[in-house]
Amino acid sequence: MAKSKDDVSFVRSQLVEALPPPITEVGVLGWMRKNLFSSITNTIMTLIGLFILYLVVPGTLNWTIFEAVWSGTSREACTTIPQGGALPDDWNAACWPYVGAYLKLFVYGRYPDAELWRVNLSLFMFFAGLIPMAMPSVPYKRENIIFMLGIFPVVAFILMSGGNLNLNGFLIPETIFAPSEFKFWIDFLVLTAIIVGFVGWYMKATATDPKSAMKVTALAMAVLGLVLFSMAFDFGLESIETPLWGGFVMTLVIAVTGIVASLPLGILLALGRRSDMPAVSLFSVIFIEFWRGVPLITVLFMSSVMLPLFLPDGVSFDKLLRALIGVALFSSAYMAEVVRGGMQAIPKGQYEGAMAVGLNYWQSMRMIILPQALKIVIPGIVNTFIGLFKDTTLVSIIGLLDFLGMINLSHSDSNWATPVQALTSYVFCAFVFWVFCFGMARYSLFMERRLDTGHR
Amino acid sequence: MAIAESHVEREKPKVRLLNDPKFRAMIFQALLVAMIIWVVWGMVSNAANNLQKAGIASGFGFLSESAGFGLNFSPFVEFEEVSNYFTVYKVGLQNTLILAVLGVFFATILGFVVGVARLSTNWVIAKMAYIYVEVLRNIPLLLQIFIWYKGVLATLPAKRDSLDWGVFGQINAAGLFAPKPIFAAGAMSIVWALLAAIVITFFVNRWSTKRQMETGQRFPVFLTGLGLILGFPLLAYLIAGQPISLEYPVQGNFGPAGGMQIIPEFIALLLALSTYTAAFIAEIVRAGILAVDRGQTEASYALGLRPGQTLRLNVIPQAMRVIIPPLTSQYLNLTKNSSLAVAIAYPDLTAVFAGTALNQTGQAVEILLMTMLTYLVISLLTSMFMNWYNAKMSLVER
Repeated sequence: MAKSKDDVSFVRSQLVEALPPPITEVGVLGWMRKNLFSSITNTIMTLIGLFILYLVVPGTLNWTIFEAVWSGTSREACTTIPQGGALPDDWNAACWPYVGAYLKLFVYGRYPDAELWRVNLSLFMFFAGLIPMAMPSVPYKRENIIFMLGIFPVVAFILMSGGNLNLNGFLIPETIFAPSEFKFWIDFLVLTAIIVGFVGWYMKATATDPKSAMKVTALAMAVLGLVLFSMAFDFGLESIETPLWGGFVMTLVIAVTGIVASLPLGILLALGRRSDMPAVSLFSVIFIEFWRGVPLITVLFMSSVMLPLFLPDGVSFDKLLRALIGVALFSSAYMAEVVRGGMQAIPKGQYEGAMAVGLNYWQSMRMIILPQALKIVIPGIVNTFIGLFKDTTLVSIIGLLDFLGMINLSHSDSNWATPVQALTSYVFCAFVFWVFCFGMARYSLFMERRLDTGHR
Repeated sequence: MAIAESHVEREKPKVRLLNDPKFRAMIFQALLVAMIIWVVWGMVSNAANNLQKAGIASGFGFLSESAGFGLNFSPFVEFEEVSNYFTVYKVGLQNTLILAVLGVFFATILGFVVGVARLSTNWVIAKMAYIYVEVLRNIPLLLQIFIWYKGVLATLPAKRDSLDWGVFGQINAAGLFAPKPIFAAGAMSIVWALLAAIVITFFVNRWSTKRQMETGQRFPVFLTGLGLILGFPLLAYLIAGQPISLEYPVQGNFGPAGGMQIIPEFIALLLALSTYTAAFIAEIVRAGILAVDRGQTEASYALGLRPGQTLRLNVIPQAMRVIIPPLTSQYLNLTKNSSLAVAIAYPDLTAVFAGTALNQTGQAVEILLMTMLTYLVISLLTSMFMNWYNAKMSLVER
């Protein structure tokens, strides 16, 4: 009865092709069944969602694109027949030629036309420095940071304002020496000598070799002197007063200055708050909590109304500088909390390790703790910057003509006065801010993922 | 012997005073204090000097002077043009608090809805919530206030052609004319009934928790409480002879008459503040829910709880622990952001006190100090309350 090998033919030599999955489970249909219509409630939700979309999306697209006016030279282009134009009665959409006509003002403010290249060059330097700094794979980070925090601010200041600061000296009484630039440099040299001498004495008194510390101090003073000298040097640039600055450039100036100034201040405050010295930590806590507890607009009011009162006779800051001081103090409190968060995330072993290898407080902070802490708070710093960037619009309330201030100013132009003027300009402004903030938020998210090297 | 030797008192090594960390710390702190005193003293003396030259008397005497300007919005505090500056302060504070409390209320509701929607399995809903969050939180709040105020509300029809919103009253460019509640005698009984219902609900809740601990039986506290809190006032309303009636605005030739006018500044601010803050709250809620381990949900399902019960009894109580601290700071942000009212002249504390009153009296230092301290106190009180709540909610570990 045994069968030969050849007879066993009921075993298939090949697998049967799998049947395709039911059409309701894969593809668009399956996806829709799973994500949109999985249950009755889900179906109802989808329908409600689609209804809301139906209400919002066509109207928005019509308003901003399809029914909007794209060309014209005055308000006639964007008005209906009863308002004196040629558009149908129920027309209501954006009036883009008005934004086009005002674009230069929105971006640069009232900066003189002939000198715009200076702003453009500053902007170019800013982005040329910022983009490689933001990309983790690009080398020369240290040089890049020195450029962005050291060289760029000075050059941009000279370019935008025209430099040629009036330095008068500060130390020797006027009765001995008439104020002049020469007196300033003598004062500066005296001050340098005093500081370097003090450092030398201190180092000697604490039984350390004074030479290197004195060298570093002298070098720092020399750099400071160079910066001041170049700011005071007459490059032949026409001086542009800050009331002529404005528009989006001013928004950038305030936001960038605020963040650059608040970073060192915030680090100092964060160190102070975690300090063992009661007076220092108490001062830091009060400073931080005070600025965090009050609204920015009251801070701006304070800097524009109260600050002049606190200054000695004859000293006056211009409006932009006062706003900048307010913004910098305000954001340094927030920055301090961000940095403190980073410092608290560093394991205790790092502090103890730094002490164990014999580093003193400042050395261990500078070489061990802060590099790690600052790295993990990069997303936090970016988020603070986004907040600050949005908050710069508040300076329009104290009368500075930033982006939003310029837009509000443009509403008084009767040549473009239409019922849709306000909304058109605000939508444009919102779009610009959105692009910048959303971009930065995505960047912050990207850095967060990149820096998240922990184990899961 | 060796042990005894180590106990021998050694003389302290001679350290130079500057190398002693304690001495250095003291010197450093003394220097810091001296510097702060020097700076503050300099500022105060400069200010005294400058004020004297400008002929402004310092001090808080101005608070009792008559203000001499009108305000268009003061629901609770009596205000006339002859009222003094302290009344101005009170009106401003009142308007700030009204805005902040209502803003927090709406922002929380909207924020929780959007936050939960972001985690919905429904693709359309989740994407819509995502777009809402990303659009709203990346546009400056001040700009959003302007958009609502000048872009939307200002384009409403004029007073004569008000839009009729039925039970909500009538809306036009001058604001919302809402029905105004008229309180007759006996209206207070409704408030008492409500209070009584709340107290009874509180005790029912305690009793039910105790019973559940002892016997494991659950009592429908939520439904009972809802019934009590809605039923008692309703009963009182009927027994007292319907003491509250609504006065609806009537459209006349020159616009709606009667009713309660809610100014457009208030509507714009409330809309902007609550939608903007809701975007941030939504992200906090989403992060909080995601922070609850998936195993918790699975365990609840394994125990036989339905999705709604799982969310209510398991996920949300645990998520609240993560949500509360950042939620507090959003509430504080909203309160501080309400000061942007000054941009569209809603008479809040900043606009009316640090704005109008300051310009009229010139008492910059006093007024700004009062304003900032007020915000500071509101901030501290809110965070104290939320800290207490957080401590109550947080996980009690052994």
